[in-house]
Amino acid sequence: MLSKVFTIARFTLLEALRTRLPWIVVIILALLSLGSVFVQHIAVTESDRVQIGFLAASARMAAMFVLSLHLAGSMVREFDDKVVDLLLSLALPRAGYYLGKLLGFSGIAVAIAALATLTIFAVALLGMIGAKFFTHSSSTTLSALASSPDLVLWGLSLAMELMLIAALTLFCVITFAHIMPAISFVVAFYMLARSINAVRLLSMSQLLAPNDWNNRAMVRLVETLAWLLPDLDRFASTAWLLEQNGSLTALGLNGVQALIYGSLLLGAGLFDLYRKNL
Amino acid sequence: MKQRPFTSVPRPVVALAVLALATQVVFAVLQPRLQARAEQLPAPPSAPVLRAMSLGDPIPLAQLWTLWLQAFDNQPGISIPFLDLDYGKVEAWLQRILQLDPHGQYPLMMASQLYAQVPDERKQRQMLDFVHREFLGDPNRRWPWMAHAAIMARHRLNDLPLALSFARDLAAHATAPNVPHWAGQMQIFLYEDMGEYETARVLLGGLLDSGAVQDPHEIHFLIERLNKLKEAEKSSQPSEN
Repeated sequence: MLSKVFTIARFTLLEALRTRLPWIVVIILALLSLGSVFVQHIAVTESDRVQIGFLAASARMAAMFVLSLHLAGSMVREFDDKVVDLLLSLALPRAGYYLGKLLGFSGIAVAIAALATLTIFAVALLGMIGAKFFTHSSSTTLSALASSPDLVLWGLSLAMELMLIAALTLFCVITFAHIMPAISFVVAFYMLARSINAVRLLSMSQLLAPNDWNNRAMVRLVETLAWLLPDLDRFASTAWLLEQNGSLTALGLNGVQALIYGSLLLGAGLFDLYRKNL
Repeated sequence: MKQRPFTSVPRPVVALAVLALATQVVFAVLQPRLQARAEQLPAPPSAPVLRAMSLGDPIPLAQLWTLWLQAFDNQPGISIPFLDLDYGKVEAWLQRILQLDPHGQYPLMMASQLYAQVPDERKQRQMLDFVHREFLGDPNRRWPWMAHAAIMARHRLNDLPLALSFARDLAAHATAPNVPHWAGQMQIFLYEDMGEYETARVLLGGLLDSGAVQDPHEIHFLIERLNKLKEAEKSSQPSEN
C-alpha cells in the first residue's frame, strides 16, 4: 500500500506544479516584498524591523490562504470529476488515498514555507547590500537576521503550521464537500487558533467581576475552546526574526503540537471519509 | 447524501481520533499560560496606520484595541499592576483609540477611573491632564470625566488650584442642556473651600439670577448656601474697629 500512497502524493505534487501554483506563490511573495519596501520607506524609525515584521506576517497569512484554496479547489475538482470514485474502486483502502493526499499537500506546504523563508532571506540580503552601497551604513536587524539560524527555525515552524493547515483543509473538504464552507471554516479556525491566547487573557480580566457566574461560565468556555485548538500563536513567531529569540525547544514544542493535532485531524478526516457513501 | 454506519469506520481510525483528542487536551493543559506583562505594552502605531488597519471602519478596531489595552491591566488572580505600565505609552494608546472613535467614552473612563488611581502622583497628574485635554475636544459629551478629574484633584491630590481650573473649564465649556447644573456649580464650592467667599458668592448669585436652575429644592439649597457664604464672608472680613 505504501507505494500507492507515495504515487498519490507524487501526483498531488505534480498537479500543484502543473496548475502553476509555484508561480502564483512567487508572484504573491514578490508583491509582498515590494509592499514591505514601501512600508520600510514610510516608517519613521526602526524601518528594517517594520519591513521584516510586515513581510513575515503577511507572507505567513498569504501562504495559509494560497495553500488552503489550492487544496480545497483540487479536492473538490477530484470529487466532481469522480476521480475519487475511480481511485477507491481500485484495490486501495480509503486510508491509503487519504494518506497519499495528505502527504502530497504536506509536501506543497513545506515548499511554500521554503519559498517564504527564501524571500525573507533575499529581502534581508538585498537590504544589507543596499544599505552598504547607497547609504554607506549597516543595518543590525538585517545583518543579524541574514546570519542567524532563527530564520531557518522560523521557516521550519512555518512549514509545520502550514502542514497543520493542509490537514485541516483536507478534513474540511472531506466533511463539507464544497469550497465555500470548507474555506470559511478553515479561516475562522485559523483566526481563532492564532488569537485564542489573547481571548483567554481578555476573558480573565479582574475588572469583569470574576465571581459573577456569567463571567465564570465565559472563562470556562474560552478555556475549553483553548484546549481543543492548536496553539498556533506559538508557531513562526515574528519575534524570532526580529529579536533572534527562537530556540530549538520552542521549535520542538511546535513539532509536538503539530504531531498531536495532525493526528487528530487525520483521525477525524479518515472517520468522515470512511462514513462517506460514494 | 446518506452516510455509511459508524461500524464502517475501522477501529484503528476511531482509536487514533480519540487518542489524539485526549493527547491534545492534556498537551494544552500542560502548556504554560500566556500572561500580559506591563513591559510588553508597545507604543501604538500612528493614527493613519491604525485607520488603514481598520479598513474604513474604525469603531470596531477602536473597541478591539481598548479591550486589548485592558488586558495589560490585569493578570489572572493578581491585583491590577497599573503602576508598572509606561504611562507615556498608555496615554498614546488612549489618545489613538479616541481618534478612531471620538464618541466613545471608554478611554476616558479608563484614564480617570483606572489609570489615575495608582499611588503615584506624577502618573495621576498625567492621566488627569490627559482627561482635561481630551475634554476640551468635546466638552458636552466628555464632561463626566472632567468632573471626576476635578474631584480627584481636590480630594486625592489636594491640589485646589488644579481642581478649580478643571471646574472653571467645566463650567465654561460644558454648556449643553444635558449637562447637569451641579457640574457648573463645582467651581463655586471650590472657591468656598479656598476661602474665596466673595467670588463664590458672586458666582452663586449670578447662577440663581440667570434662571438656569428651575428645581425649587435646588433653588432652596443654593439660597441657603448663598446665605452661609455671606455669613462666612462677613466673619472673615477684618474688624473695622
